[in-house]
Amino acid sequence: MSTHAATGAIDHHHDHTTATGIPNKKLFMWAFLASDCMFFGALISTHLIYRLHPTPGSPDPKKLFSLDLTLFATFVLLISSLLVALAVNATQKSSLKSVRRLLLGTIFFGLIFLSCQVFEYGNFLQEGLTLSSSMFGTTFYTLTGTHGCHVAIGVLWLTLMYIRTFKPADESPWILRSLGHLLVFAVVVVAGVISVVSAAHGVEEHGFALATFAEVARHHLAAILVTAGGLAVLAWLGRTRAAVDFDERNAIDVESLGLYWHFIDIVWIVIFTVVYLLEFL
Amino acid sequence: MEALVQAAPGSHETHAAPKRSWLFTRPTAKTGIVSWLTTVDHKRIGLLYAISALFFFLVGGFEALLIRVQLAVPNNTFITHQTYNEMFTMHATTMIFLAVMPLSAAFFNYIMPLQIGARDVAFPRLNGFAFWVFIAGAIILNIGWFVKSGAPDAGWFGYAPLTSKAYSNQFGGDMSTDLWVMGLQILGVSSVVGSLNFIVTIINLRAPGMTMMRLPVFTWMTLVTAFLIILSFPAITIALVELMMDRSFDSNFFEAANGGLPILWQHLFWIFGHPEVYILILPAMGIISEIFPTFSRKPLFGYPIIVFSGACIGFLGFGVWSHHMFTTGMGSVATAAFSLMTMAIAVPTGVKIFNWIGTLWGGHLKMRTPMMFALGFIWMFMFGGFSGIMHSAAPADAQQQDSYFVVAHFHYVLIGGSVFALLAGIHYWFPLVFGRKVSEFWGKLSFWIIFVGFNVTFFPMHFLGLNGMPRRTAVYDGNMGWNDANLVSTIGAFILAIGVGVYFFVMIYTYFKGEKSGRDPWDGRTLEWALPTPPPEHNFDVIPTIHARDAFWYEKHHQREISREQAVHAKEEESHGGIHMPSQSWFPIVAASGLLIGSIFFVNHIYAGAIAGGALMVLGIYFWAAEGPGGYHVDPAGHDDGSHGKH
Repeated sequence: MSTHAATGAIDHHHDHTTATGIPNKKLFMWAFLASDCMFFGALISTHLIYRLHPTPGSPDPKKLFSLDLTLFATFVLLISSLLVALAVNATQKSSLKSVRRLLLGTIFFGLIFLSCQVFEYGNFLQEGLTLSSSMFGTTFYTLTGTHGCHVAIGVLWLTLMYIRTFKPADESPWILRSLGHLLVFAVVVVAGVISVVSAAHGVEEHGFALATFAEVARHHLAAILVTAGGLAVLAWLGRTRAAVDFDERNAIDVESLGLYWHFIDIVWIVIFTVVYLLEFL
Repeated sequence: MEALVQAAPGSHETHAAPKRSWLFTRPTAKTGIVSWLTTVDHKRIGLLYAISALFFFLVGGFEALLIRVQLAVPNNTFITHQTYNEMFTMHATTMIFLAVMPLSAAFFNYIMPLQIGARDVAFPRLNGFAFWVFIAGAIILNIGWFVKSGAPDAGWFGYAPLTSKAYSNQFGGDMSTDLWVMGLQILGVSSVVGSLNFIVTIINLRAPGMTMMRLPVFTWMTLVTAFLIILSFPAITIALVELMMDRSFDSNFFEAANGGLPILWQHLFWIFGHPEVYILILPAMGIISEIFPTFSRKPLFGYPIIVFSGACIGFLGFGVWSHHMFTTGMGSVATAAFSLMTMAIAVPTGVKIFNWIGTLWGGHLKMRTPMMFALGFIWMFMFGGFSGIMHSAAPADAQQQDSYFVVAHFHYVLIGGSVFALLAGIHYWFPLVFGRKVSEFWGKLSFWIIFVGFNVTFFPMHFLGLNGMPRRTAVYDGNMGWNDANLVSTIGAFILAIGVGVYFFVMIYTYFKGEKSGRDPWDGRTLEWALPTPPPEHNFDVIPTIHARDAFWYEKHHQREISREQAVHAKEEESHGGIHMPSQSWFPIVAASGLLIGSIFFVNHIYAGAIAGGALMVLGIYFWAAEGPGGYHVDPAGHDDGSHGKH
């Protein structure tokens, strides 16, 4: 059994309680990711097979895709992977402030990626591409949508981990407060994504000008105000308080989360290659 | 807080709780309904799996009998064509997903942790969750019997376009196919979650000295099966997701009119479907690899070869799926390649059979009931294997495809193989689980009735198939030359039913009134027999140290050395605070019921209800995470420390 409680030091690379030295949670996550590989393998294969059997009325993906946007989204996701790796490191060092900042950074970049996807979907819908309009629409939306769900679940998990860093050390009731914290987060995320995506659409249509932003602000005032108010509440909820029950012993939890986040990043690189870049060969 | 020393990393948040909210007060009942609903004990979860699986085994058997009654005579009008379609669809789905797989899972749960010298699985609450999700899936699959739209009726492999909206439109009131799609997805969740848990348990929770090449073969086959499950279920899940998108959101994956390729369904389904065959048979092979050495009083012959062959079957199992599709016109290269691969997979299977015979060879055979079933397994499984080899030749398969010859083949491997071995396993481990022994006379009688009934039912089907009778035929004409064989087969089915009836009746009688068996009644070789019957909640008073492959055999022959060693280890454990047990929890069943509620609403297109169910599930998982693993201590004398859930 674990001896770290006596010695105070944790070996983050070897768990003495298991037969192999690999922590159970890490092994579980690796096995799950192997399974998840097969999920995406089946979806990507479906897309590639139907790519060879285009239906009449399929749009030309080259005209549809905006490589700039997708490249930006890919870059953003890669950065978020770096941040989550740093968050694992910070947790192992019990440096609470860095953990929170890095988790928030990862969430932020994950949300930018999701906003890019919402923006892209909006454009494609305007072009008339739907789930049923053509086989390309069917496979494209299902594949990238499944990946988007994985990112969204990852963001939820990151958020829960961030909220977890506020659990008071004295075991005082905390669960309702944490749920409230999560609710505010959810509101900010939805309102924020609406504001950002509508601003991006505005810029796309009317150019990058003050008038555009004024127009967007007028139409989406509620969303912007809710975002701003929510951020203020989050800042208030996130102010430093008494001792919390979160330190290097939680590193394995953050590491499992990190493995998942890296995995969806890698999957995105595959999707970016075979769904987007392949069309431009 | 000694508990802190004992607790695994990450569980420290549960210590020192002066005031815990009622929400996170852990249930502590050891008897009664609450104790079963909240259990995290792998042995109890194993029993829950076993009871549900045996119930569905009887349901699936009843469906089979209705099929046989309908086919007993030509031009029969016993059930309608529609009912007949529902019967063969649900018979197969029930037997595969709700009977044989969960019965294997029951053995994984109950026996595997005991064989590796563990006190529970790696994630006890997740184990409970897997079971309750299985129940949710089983309910959804069978709900069709009680609603207007009827049970699923598109066949157990649900080929497109039979599953398309043209044939069963949920918006037009027929949601039978949606129930099937949703039910299988949920069962997939249960299987994958359960298997991830088993993988971590086998790799990480082995007792000191239990190296991988000392694992009992049953545990090895559990590991291989778990890997097959986590790697093959995604394929069917994605196929089902695509079908669900087609049916609910108008996408085109399998809509031929809009450019969909129904053949893609077949590929995705069989990429799952063929490994699934090995998911059904490998646990059975593991069980009889335990029974033969015990009743031959010899170590297993060629242990490393048997293990390697099992893993090899697992690998090859992913490369043969298209032999289910020889008649679809894949081209001669693909057909030849899959033919060769299929023939190759007979090699490791044959190697195993020779090793089992090698185990029997020169042994002091004890012909007890489990041994009878195990020997029946070898013979009948080989029969099924021989007709399987015939299918592997693509030209022959072109004749046999979709005929009763195929039906005969897979019933020989599934009943003669899997079910015989599972029935053997129940007999073998019954004394361990309940401390009572089934009478040899009644056990053997049930074996012979089942054996005769099984062969009378399925042997004539070979001839029916070669005479051209297609499977899934509800009605046939009297002048086809199929009358006699069908009647014989139906009579056989009732003999088989009587045999199964005797088997279960004897089991129930034995549970209440059977002869007390005491510890280690078979003179066993593996670790589970070291335990008293029934095993205590914490399994091992002292975690054993393993010195040999047949761990318990070694213990029995080195008693002085072992008792010295155990005394030392007992003292060490004492100094760590004693035996640490996981606390029970409500949240696995809460999360699973959220999944059930959400899925039922989704199938009925009440999206608000679906979201509410999903929210209940997420909330259940959230509280599950928030309550922490918990834990309490017991001392081997059976008194716990009265600190349930407080540290």
